[in-house]
Amino acid sequence: MSLESMYQEIILEHYKSPQGKGLREPFAVEVHHVNPTCGDEITLRVHTAADGTIDLSYDGQGCSISQASASVMFELVQGKSVDDGFALEAEFLELMQSKGEKSGDEDVLGDAVAFAGVSKFPARVKCALLGWMAMKDAVSQNIGVGNGR
Amino acid sequence: MLDVARIREDFPILSRKVHGDVPLVYLDSAATSQKPLSVIEAESNFYLNANAAIHRGAHALAEIATEHYESSRAAIAHFIGARPNEVVFVKNATEALNLIAYGFSNATAKFRNGSQLLAGEERFVLKPGDEIVLTEMEHHANLVPWQEVVLKTGAVLKFIPTTDDGRLVVDNLADIITERTKVVSVVHQSNLLGTLNPVQLIGAQAKAVGAWFILDACQSVPHMSVDVTTLGADFVAFSGHKMCGPTGIGVLWGSSEALDALPVFLTGGSMIETVYFDHSTYAKAPAKFEAGTPMSAQIVGLAAAVKYLSDLGMDAIAEHEHRLTAAALSALQQIDGVRIVGPTEALNRGSAISFVVDSLHPHDVGHVLDSRGVAVRVGHHCAWPTCRRMNVPATTRASFYLYNDESEIEHLVSGILAAQKFFGVA
Repeated sequence: MSLESMYQEIILEHYKSPQGKGLREPFAVEVHHVNPTCGDEITLRVHTAADGTIDLSYDGQGCSISQASASVMFELVQGKSVDDGFALEAEFLELMQSKGEKSGDEDVLGDAVAFAGVSKFPARVKCALLGWMAMKDAVSQNIGVGNGR
Repeated sequence: MLDVARIREDFPILSRKVHGDVPLVYLDSAATSQKPLSVIEAESNFYLNANAAIHRGAHALAEIATEHYESSRAAIAHFIGARPNEVVFVKNATEALNLIAYGFSNATAKFRNGSQLLAGEERFVLKPGDEIVLTEMEHHANLVPWQEVVLKTGAVLKFIPTTDDGRLVVDNLADIITERTKVVSVVHQSNLLGTLNPVQLIGAQAKAVGAWFILDACQSVPHMSVDVTTLGADFVAFSGHKMCGPTGIGVLWGSSEALDALPVFLTGGSMIETVYFDHSTYAKAPAKFEAGTPMSAQIVGLAAAVKYLSDLGMDAIAEHEHRLTAAALSALQQIDGVRIVGPTEALNRGSAISFVVDSLHPHDVGHVLDSRGVAVRVGHHCAWPTCRRMNVPATTRASFYLYNDESEIEHLVSGILAAQKFFGVA
């Protein structure tokens, strides 16, 4: 098995230089998500700005996949509308559940298509989804549609 | 000396390839061991030739099945120096520890309700402020059940602390285990740190204050000769699947006195003496803890496992593992950036070796190792508070058993070096 098939260069770059990492204020909702099998953690804050766009900040610890995925998620979702943020999450979730069958639409998912190889490793899919699930949960709470988990 | 090449022939799974054509290096026996052919065949043979419901039915097959079941109990009891009627079959050590913990909550609930307690049950009643002493290196299975007992009884938890190098601090036990202590429940050998704890010392203090003494022996019974009657314990719990036996079978050993007094846990068929619409009386131990149709084939499989281990000799197995542990500890500590989480010397230590690699998350180390066929466990190993105590979010853990050899340590080391190289942290 080739390690490079999962650890794309773009993933390693995000792992070494995570985008947007560090908690900021103000925020309306803060969530803490963990991957109980391995102890990966993320704390994520969100508030929706006056124009309805998402403003995120996050901090966490964990493996390269969970941390790089959170970084990519930040780049994609920050400043987007709630609808666009949720659509991205749905697209990424579909890619992660594809068991290696899909390669992802780069026009939509950008750097996140690099995680396509992760979908072949069931134990790592949760890592890749950690930041995304936290975002969905926090934004859902923020706009009052209940717990997104 | 174990003839490992010969032993490996008994475990066909060890010859399989992973990820296409990569040979398997199985270093995850602390999670679950592999099973020799004799165990697989014993279980299969039970279904092929002896399967029937035990302890009921007046037909030939039922008697044959019952004979398999009870002779297995005798063999397993003998393996741990116990009498057959002191061996209770459960699903695993987790269930055994829950069974005891529920004994305390159930006795306390009956007492508070004004219900009639059976003889001895009063010894399991907990009052607010009574203390339950654990250690800072418990598996969740010997922690979470006691947290539930606390919520139901008002008892409080106390912990024997762990040093930075993963040993228990036992020089002030009398300050921790006191007149207020009603339960002392500790792990014999840590699944995370590998530490073999001085349980006789802890047990002596527990007895001195009249507390129940319970041992989680999940990581000791598979790896060393354990005579449960010499440990000073009232109860000892372990799992079959970590000792070459099947999944779904574990053992709760209790002294006759302790088992007679302990309230029942799961109730229903097979555990009764008489049943009326409004009340029941219960069978004697071990039957009173074995409600429902038991896991007969797995019990027969576990008996085959203890025969397999006994034929090799537990002392020879322990010596083999001790040598591998010393070699692995030495080899790992020669890698720049690798730090052992737990005792760094093989003295009073088992073969489960946790470590961290600077700048690399255990999940990533494990993934690189797996790509080279090396199976290890990564994460918090169901000892999350212990990880926090040791100031690590998670670890990579390699664990050795009777079928591992020195060449597999080399695979582990070269895999770690490869991970450092791949992520550019070497």
